[in-house]
This record gives sequence, C-alpha cells and structure tokens, in this order.
Amino acid sequence: MASGVKPRVKVPKTAAAGDTITIKTLISHKMESGQRKDDDGNIIPRSIINRFTADFNGENVIDVALEPAISTNPYFQFEAVVPEAGDFKFTWYDDDGSVYETSKSISIG
Amino acid sequence: MKNTQTLTSAAALAAAIGLAVTATAGPDEDQLVINEEIEIVTETAAPEHMEYVSTIYSGWRFRSDETQAVQMDDFDNPAMIFVEAAAEAWETADGTAEKSCSSCHNDVESMRGVKAVYPKWSDTAGEVRTLEHQINDCRENQMGAEKWGYTGGDMAAMVGLIASVSRGLPVNVAIDGPAQSTWEAGKELYYTRTGQLELSCANCHEDSYGMMIRADHLSQGQINGFPTYRLKNTKLNTVHARFKGCVRDTRAETFSPGSPEFVALELYVTSRGNGLSVEGPSVRN
Repeated sequence: MASGVKPRVKVPKTAAAGDTITIKTLISHKMESGQRKDDDGNIIPRSIINRFTADFNGENVIDVALEPAISTNPYFQFEAVVPEAGDFKFTWYDDDGSVYETSKSISIG
Repeated sequence: MKNTQTLTSAAALAAAIGLAVTATAGPDEDQLVINEEIEIVTETAAPEHMEYVSTIYSGWRFRSDETQAVQMDDFDNPAMIFVEAAAEAWETADGTAEKSCSSCHNDVESMRGVKAVYPKWSDTAGEVRTLEHQINDCRENQMGAEKWGYTGGDMAAMVGLIASVSRGLPVNVAIDGPAQSTWEAGKELYYTRTGQLELSCANCHEDSYGMMIRADHLSQGQINGFPTYRLKNTKLNTVHARFKGCVRDTRAETFSPGSPEFVALELYVTSRGNGLSVEGPSVRN
C-alpha cells in the first residue's frame, strides 16, 4: 500500500467554446520500480501507478499506460479542446488496486 | 590544402566557443514572477558592507530557461509537494504537550516576514539562531516532541513552508548589535581558503561568478532561495547541507550542519543577499 498519495490537477475555470486548454496533473507517489533491493537483499515489491486517464463529460481525452521506469511523482501536461461546459474527471490506477479520482468543472465564458 | 582546412575549422570552432562563453557569462536578463503574482527581486544594489561586488543577483538568474520555468508556477515546482506535507505537519499535534505549530502560531500566514530576518540574535538563547534552531526549540520545549535532524526532510519541508509565505519580501538580516561578532566570524570563514584545493567561498562566488566551473554556471552563492529543490537529488536541500557540499568540494573536513561555524557563515552569506527577495523554496540544478 503506497502512502502519501495525493492527486493534484490544474484546469482553467473558464474557456471559450472550442478553445484548446492546457491541463496539468501531478500525483505524489513513490513509484517503486520493483527492481531495487533492500538492505537484506530482498526485492522491494513493485508499487507504481500503472494507468492514468482523463475524461470530459464521459468522453475519453487521454489514456496513459505507465511503466516502472517512470519517476516518482508522475506529472502529465496535455491539451484538450473544450466544446462545451462540463466536468473533467481524472483517474489514477495503483498497483495495489487503489483508484484515485478527482474532477474539475469548466464553464464557458 | 589539408592544413588550411584544419586551420579554418579550428578558427570556426574557436569562434563558436567564443560565442558560447559570451552567451553564458554573467546572469541573464530574465524577470521572475511566481504564479503571475509574486514579483521577485533577483537583482539589486549590493548592501553597503560588501566591498568587492556592486550588484547582487539571485541564483535563479544563472540557471537555464527550463530550470527557471519550473519555479515560476507553484504547480510545476516540485518543492511544493514537500511544502504541502509540511502544511499538514503544521496542523498535526506531536509530542507530550499534544500541541501542533498552529496551536500557538495559528495560520502559517502569521509567519510572513520571519524567513526574511533569519538568522537572528536571540536574547533568551544569548546567541544567533537559525530558523531550524527555532523550530527544534519549539518542538523540544513547547511541544515536548523529538527534535528533527538539522538537515532532514521534515526540517527542510517546514523551513520551506515558512519561507514560502515570505516570498517577495526583501531579505533583511541584522548584522549589527549583538549579532555583529557572529557576523564577523562568518565573514572570516567566507574569505578563508579551505581544503586541498585551497578555495574560499569568495574564490568561486565573488571572484568568478558568471564563469563556468566545468559544466556548472557559477552563481554568487546567494541563499535567498533556500531551501532549494535540486533536480540532481529530487529533494529539498537546506543551507547547511549545501555549505557542507561546497566545503567538501574544496576537499576539506567540513563543519557540521547546525554548528556555530555554519550559523555564522549563514548569517554572513544571508546578509550578502540583503535586498533580494525571499524566494524559497526555489528550484536549481
């Protein structure tokens, strides 16, 4: 069980319809690769975020598969077109089965 | 013919190197505004006590555009992850007195201005104290909690939190009155050559700032941006850990973090940045 996991996202509060906006996301996570050994020579079990998705009003925007070589606290920055007001939903999937979710609303103005 | 060609390309190479040196000499001209809101003074007239430098620059001005950009938005600044953790610690009771930082100090915003004046003379202790000393004093005597390691992660994060609410305020440590003798001891250390390489702080950070030391662009060694998130070790670094690294690099036995020698040096080096903005937690390479 990974501890201290906390998702963060930055989405503009408003945009013009059809605008391309920049979204930044970061989740604090140790991203233990499963390749390292502890002081006694035992393998430290793998514990990473293995998938990240973003949806807008139920439609998928981005779906990312993460591998063990990705560093601690994975950060994603990407662009999305906003055709209408609605909600962005962000989901991170942990190796241990945990799912972390957060969402942000954006209005047209 | 072949010789001429070699000469020509050698001349071209020299010209290219010449250009590169010009491009990296001295600080750049960029302006630092954090979160499009907090204006940071990264260049100003040197304080009066500095005899050999007329203008002081934050280390931010010596970093590449990419590294600079990471510090310009708190979301991008990896140091803020540690600051957030410290904000939780601020509210969390610890120790036998079952008090948290906020039990006495309320919101951390009440600490605005504190980082700008430390290290500072303490009447009760009868010595110059750093912020780290004060935090541990609180933990030990007010909270009944275990002291934190002077350069440990918890400590660096807490100093980062306290620094973050002072960003934009000018550094203004007192060097006169009861602090004067400590300040002078720090100045003495700054100009004393140490180690097998016989280097003083001044050799690099006063005589040679703006030049390249192998692949690194030498800054003035200002510490207004501490604690600092370094890309090389992906954590917050404290002033004394940085001092230790520098002294070690001169191939000398170093002083210990928290020692009177490093406290004196911190007071002196901080005073060389009087007038720059508090910038911590900053991002450097």
